[in-house]
Amino acid sequence: MRTFSMGGIHPPENKISAGKAIEQVPLPAQVAILLNQHSGAPAVPVVQRGDRVKTGQLIAEAAGYISANIHSSVTGKVLKLDEVYDASGYRCQAVIIEVEPADEWTEEVVLNSTLKRDCTLSPEEIIQKIKEAGVVGMGGASFPSHVKLSPPPGTKPEVLIVNAAECEPYLTSDHQLMLEKGMEIIVGTKITMMALKVNRAVIAIENNKPDAITLLERLAIPYSQIDVMPLAVHYPQGGEKQLIEAVLGRHVPSGALPVVTGAIVLNVGSIFANYEAVQKNKPVIDRVVCVTGKSVKKPGNYLCRIGTSVQDLIDFAGGMPDSTAKVISGGPMMGKALINTQVPVTKGTSGVLLMDGNEAHRNEVYNCIRCGDCIEACPMGLEPYLLMSLSELSEWEAMEKECIMNCIECGCCSYVCPSNRPLLDHLRVGKFKVGAIIRGRKNQ
Amino acid sequence: MENKLYVSMSPHIHGGDSISRKMWDVIIALIPALLVSLYFFGLGSLLVTSVSIASCVLFEYLIARFLLKQESTLRDGSAILTGLLLAFNLPSNLPLWIVVIGALVAIGMAKMSFGGLGNNIFNPALVGRVFLLISFPQQMTSWPLPKPFNLHYLDAATGATPLSVMKSSRFDRLPDMLDMFIGNTGGSLGEVAAAALILGGLFLLIRKVITWHIPVSILLTVYIFTGILRVANPEVYADPLSHLLTGGLMLGAIFMATDYVTSPMVKKGQVIYGIGIGIITVCIRVFGSYPEGVSFAILMMNGVTPLINAYCKPKRFGEVKKK
Ligand code: SF4
Ligand code: SF4
Repeated sequence: MRTFSMGGIHPPENKISAGKAIEQVPLPAQVAILLNQHSGAPAVPVVQRGDRVKTGQLIAEAAGYISANIHSSVTGKVLKLDEVYDASGYRCQAVIIEVEPADEWTEEVVLNSTLKRDCTLSPEEIIQKIKEAGVVGMGGASFPSHVKLSPPPGTKPEVLIVNAAECEPYLTSDHQLMLEKGMEIIVGTKITMMALKVNRAVIAIENNKPDAITLLERLAIPYSQIDVMPLAVHYPQGGEKQLIEAVLGRHVPSGALPVVTGAIVLNVGSIFANYEAVQKNKPVIDRVVCVTGKSVKKPGNYLCRIGTSVQDLIDFAGGMPDSTAKVISGGPMMGKALINTQVPVTKGTSGVLLMDGNEAHRNEVYNCIRCGDCIEACPMGLEPYLLMSLSELSEWEAMEKECIMNCIECGCCSYVCPSNRPLLDHLRVGKFKVGAIIRGRKNQ
Repeated sequence: MENKLYVSMSPHIHGGDSISRKMWDVIIALIPALLVSLYFFGLGSLLVTSVSIASCVLFEYLIARFLLKQESTLRDGSAILTGLLLAFNLPSNLPLWIVVIGALVAIGMAKMSFGGLGNNIFNPALVGRVFLLISFPQQMTSWPLPKPFNLHYLDAATGATPLSVMKSSRFDRLPDMLDMFIGNTGGSLGEVAAAALILGGLFLLIRKVITWHIPVSILLTVYIFTGILRVANPEVYADPLSHLLTGGLMLGAIFMATDYVTSPMVKKGQVIYGIGIGIITVCIRVFGSYPEGVSFAILMMNGVTPLINAYCKPKRFGEVKKK
C-alpha cells in the first residue's frame, strides 16, 4: 500500500461519526458570513445594511486575483456589517444576515438533484464559473480554486490528484460526501480535468474508508482516465507534498510550487463544489461539517449553511456536553481551538470537535532528552527540537538556515515528544518571524 | 460556558509517550541481566545494586530539592536507571562506601551540575564508573569469580577475567564460549551475561525505545576490526567473537551508548558514533594499557556528539541539491 516515505504518525482514528448519513441542519435565525474565508485578500462587500438578499446572491466580491467571491447562504435582510471572531481568534469583517424561514434562490441556480454528466464548456469557461462560485480549498487551507486551476505559465500540469485522504483523526465529512455524492464527485473530477487540460486523475483515499474506495472504483469504471488509489493510513497524508509523493513518488522541491511535479491537488469537497458550480450554477453556500467528539450525543455529518454558528451546529448534534473543555474547528492535529461557539462555519470548516478536560489537557513539560523522536516523526525532515530552542533564543537567521519555512505545521513533532514539549507552538512563532524577514528582503 | 473554553494551538492530542515510559522500559530490559548477576554473584551483587540505586535516588532528590530548589524529577525514573547502570559497571565485591562515591559523582557531577536530565553531555553512570576506576584502581579491577548463590561479599574469591586473559594472549585459558554467553565468567556485575543483555536489547527494539543503529554499528565495527587483527596474527590477537562476548561491550553497546541524551539524534550520526566507539574500544583493548576500553570509548564519543549533531542533518524533504 502506498504512502509517503518520511516521518508521520498513526494517531488513534476515532472516526466516531463515520457512516452517519448527511443530515440537513435547519436554517438558523441569523448567519454571520465572514469575508476572509479564503487565503488571500478578504472579499469586498457589495451589499449594504438593510438590503434584502436571496440565497446564492453575491454579497462580497473577490478583491484581486488571490481572493474569492462570497455569496449569501440564506434569504433575508442584511442586519449589519460587523466584526466577529473567526476560528483563529481574530476579529474579522462579516456580513450578518437575519434569516427568513423560506429560501428564495437566485434564478440561475438549478435546484434539482438530478445528475448532470455532460459538460461542453471550454476550460476557460469552467474556470470562470468556478471562480464566480467562490470555490476554495474545502479541506482547511481554503486556497481559491480558480488560482490553483490556472497554474503559472511555463508549468504543465499532467495529473489531477483528488485529495480524499482525510487523514485527520475524527473527521468524516469527506468520507460521507463520497458515499452519498460519489457520482457527482466523479463528474466533478472529469470537469476539473477538462479545466486543467490533463488526461489523468487519481482519487487518493486512505484505506480506512474501504466502502468509499469500492464505491468510487465502481463509479469510475466508465471513466478510464480516473483512477482510485487506496493509501495506507498515515498522518499527514493529506498534506499536499506528502500526497503528491504518495501518489506519484515525486518530491516537491523545497521552495517550489507543487505543480512542478506535474500534479495539481484539490480536496474532494472542492471537487464536489466544482461540480455544483459548473453543472448547477450553485455557488458555495453550504457544506458538510461533521460534529464529533467522545461525549457528543448525536455525532454526525451535517449539511449546513455557511455562516451558521458553531453553537447552532452543536445544538443540532444534541447540545454541548457539560464536560466540554475545548471546541475545535477542524481535526485534533491541525484544527483551531475556538474562543467561543459563536464563531461561524466557513467554506473551510470540515468539522467541529468537542473535547473534555482530560482529552484537552496538556501534560507538564520537561527538558528535551534528545531522544530524536521529533526528528523521526517530522515528514519534512526537520529537527524540531533544534528549531524550538532557536526560536526561544530568537535566532531567526539560524532558523531560516535550518529550513523552518518548510514546516507544514502538521504537529507530528509535538504529538510524539515524550517530554511534552510544545514544539509546534514555538516553531510557528519562528516561522512567522522568518517569513516576515524574507518578505522584507524581497521588497527591498 | 463560553468563557471556560480552553484555547491552545494545535495539535490538540498527544501520543502519550513519556520519559518515564522510556526509562522504565530500559529498567525492565535490564532485569534479565540483573537476575543472572544475582545468580552468579549472589549477595555482593544484591548489595552493590541496592546501594547504588538508593544513593543515586537520594542524591538526585537532595540536590534538586536543596541546591537547585527545583521540583523533584524522581518520577521520570532516570535516577533509578542511572543507579542500576552504575551498579552494572561495578565489581560485585566493591566496598559500599565506594559505590556511594560513584553515585555522587554520577548524579552530582555528571548529571545535576549540567542542569539535570537532558542537559548532560556525558553518560552519568559511565562518568561515575570511570571516576572510580581512576581513584580506586585496585578495588575496581579485582573481580569475583562466578559462583552460584554466592553468599560471600567483600571476601569473595577473585580471579582473572576473560579480558585480562585476552590481553596476555593466553587464549587457551579463555572460558568456554557458552559460559561467556550466559555470564558464567568474572567481570562487572551486570556486564557478564551477554545472552540476557541481548534479550533486553531485543525488548527495547520491539518497544521502539532504541533503534538498531548504535548497537549494531558498534558490535559490527568491533567484530570486523578484531577479525582483521586476528587474521593478521592469530598468535597475539583474540578471535572476534570472544571480543564481542567479553567485558562491557554488550552492556555498553546496548545500554550505555544508546543513552538518548548523550548520543547523536540523527540515524546517520548514530552510525558514525557507533563506528567511533567500536574503533576506540578495540584500540584501547588491543593497544592500550587498560584491558577494557568500552567506557572510555563511549565517553569520548559522548564528547563528540554535539559536533556530530551539528553536522549530521536529516535528509530534508525536497532538498534542492546545491551545484
Ligand atoms: S510541525 Fe513542522 S517541524 Fe513539526 S513535524 Fe510537522 S513539519 Fe515537522
Ligand atoms: S521528541 Fe521531545 S524530547 Fe525527544 S528530541 Fe524531540 S523535543 Fe527532545
